[in-house]
Amino acid sequence: MSTFALRQPGELYESQKLAIWYFVVAVALFGAQIIFGLLLAYQYIDPDFLYQKLSFMTNRTVHLNAMIVWLLVGMMGGVYWFLPVETGREVVGIKLAKFIWWVIVAGVSVVVLVYLLVQIGPGNAFTLWFINEGREYVEAPRWADIAIVAWVAIFLFNVIATALAARRITGLLGVLIFDLVALGALYTAGMHYTVNVTMDQYLWWWVVHLWVEATWEVLVGVVMGWSLMYLLGTPRKLIETWLFLEVALVFGTGILGLGHHYFWIGTPEYWIGLGGFFSALEPLPLVAMVVHAVYDSGAHRMHTVNKPALFWAITQAFGNFIGAGVWGFMQTLPQINMYSHGTQLAAAHGHFSFFGAYVGTVLTLVYIAVQHLRPRIQIPLNSKLWSWAWGLLVFGIIAIVASFTISGFAQTMIERAELGSTWNAFIRSYTHPWYTNTHWWRFWAGVLFLLGYVLLVWDLMTIGRKPATEGAYD
Amino acid sequence: MDYSWIQIAVAAVFLSVVITLVLSRGYGWLSPTFWRNAAVVSSLIMLFILMWLTFDTTEKVRPGAGQVPTWTVINHEIGLTWDAKKRRQVPVVGEKTGFFGKVYGPAEAYALINKGKMTLQSRNCMECHQILGNGAYFAPDLTRSWLDPWWEQRVMPMVGADSHEAAMKKWLMNPDKYPQGKRRMPNLHFTDEEATALVAFLKWMSAIDTNGFPPRFGVAE
Repeated sequence: MSTFALRQPGELYESQKLAIWYFVVAVALFGAQIIFGLLLAYQYIDPDFLYQKLSFMTNRTVHLNAMIVWLLVGMMGGVYWFLPVETGREVVGIKLAKFIWWVIVAGVSVVVLVYLLVQIGPGNAFTLWFINEGREYVEAPRWADIAIVAWVAIFLFNVIATALAARRITGLLGVLIFDLVALGALYTAGMHYTVNVTMDQYLWWWVVHLWVEATWEVLVGVVMGWSLMYLLGTPRKLIETWLFLEVALVFGTGILGLGHHYFWIGTPEYWIGLGGFFSALEPLPLVAMVVHAVYDSGAHRMHTVNKPALFWAITQAFGNFIGAGVWGFMQTLPQINMYSHGTQLAAAHGHFSFFGAYVGTVLTLVYIAVQHLRPRIQIPLNSKLWSWAWGLLVFGIIAIVASFTISGFAQTMIERAELGSTWNAFIRSYTHPWYTNTHWWRFWAGVLFLLGYVLLVWDLMTIGRKPATEGAYD
Repeated sequence: MDYSWIQIAVAAVFLSVVITLVLSRGYGWLSPTFWRNAAVVSSLIMLFILMWLTFDTTEKVRPGAGQVPTWTVINHEIGLTWDAKKRRQVPVVGEKTGFFGKVYGPAEAYALINKGKMTLQSRNCMECHQILGNGAYFAPDLTRSWLDPWWEQRVMPMVGADSHEAAMKKWLMNPDKYPQGKRRMPNLHFTDEEATALVAFLKWMSAIDTNGFPPRFGVAE
């Protein structure tokens, strides 16, 4: 049984109540991400659909930004959920945390409305400050960047001040603080305008790569560590030893693995060798996470207090390894990357890895919190609906990734290898049946994914209201 | 820098392992202390090497220092040639022909390309196109767009322009009127100044030595 006491809704810490707001907003933005993803999928089929009204570029911006924000918000929510449990006290500075949270919610709403209604601006600094920075992943205008840094700083203050007030620095807290300092500092590297596009992209990857392939992975390690202690009652010493091993491997391979983004942007040739070598090793920590998850769940014969959360945790371990590890390795060596870089294969890897590494993590956390929302806590938490939602989401993403992968192979071969990478070569690749056939597959896979999302939300709103049939899922 | 990537990689791994082992004397390899030391040591060593390489790279990517061209490259003809030793294409800078009939001085060229970069960001180009291979994969990669034979073969006669840069500019200002392929670019309402600046930026970018990316550009046509 769990090492954490199960708390009734009335007994939740203020920090945990805030975490629930984080999760509500995260799940809502997940919905927005899927809707805009479906619009994009349909625009592949019919590029004239909503042309010049909500063009591909606008929908893609919202699809991508909704994803970054909901995943980050979900993981931060996980920290607010577990921090008081870990330290045995209320989070210090919780009023400030609540204040900045509503500022951020208001700010995100304004940013999205500007993306949708204003879309573009004149070619000057005003646009970069107030409309759109025009750099993929960090499109947020500069004023929003400053708000995000303030938000992460307050979050970091909450964590450090709470640990100090409780006079308790565990291995998990130490890693969390170390990681959050890096995460916040790295974001500022993306707030820099330079005309030299090579230098621009050099620093841009410090945010994009060193977030998703380094600091986010370690944040996942921390919140999944707490989750496994809750779900399976895994001893702290085991969790912390694995976490240290994962940090050693993630930072040991991922920091210089950054070099795989420096193959073709005008940076010196030594990055080709360094990036290839270290990024080829990047799957190692992901293998370690799979071994850990399988070992832990096997050791407990899958007995847990919360079935859906455990399933999402195991999905996370495998999804992270296959999506980030295998699909990443498939195209990371420069010998293939020269041909596959910037094709639909990159989109295949992106979809699979974000789903595996981060969607799985946040949904684990959300289900853990849901267990404490209803007056009578159900042990184990279970329902029929979650398994349908899980099945549709997992099947949906696999089908989406398969479609991207096939069109990616076709594009790599036709556009790059055969026809010589020009505009005409590009058109001939995306009009080839091997590519166009996948448009409908990914659209319908997206519809199934949306259905999975609807069931997920339905389940989250109803699960635990009535006792599950005992033993039905054991 | 006088070190090869293999020397750097071996040194990074070797130092991480040896320092971890020295600091963890007396602890078994299954103890948390051993892995805590490994985590701290490997993170710091990799970070240190990244910082060192960043200083080196920053020097080498200054315009004119090596693979990134000077701003005034827009006054010249630009092409790609096959480097038999490196076994990849490299950009070549040819004779001075001017840009829109004018020869730009260094400061003027910088200001123009800067305006082009601002325009590129303000119109969110990366959310369809790729810049140096990075972007949204819905529209063509722009790394070598200046060098694309499509401008002369198809766009020049279509828009009725008499030069390469004029064809690009006219097309960029009216992409909805001159569709290429099935996916049409939206009209992003470039001003005359912005369109000129954007073409200058794209011309400058096409002269960056990208270690051969995108591969075999224009070879098969």
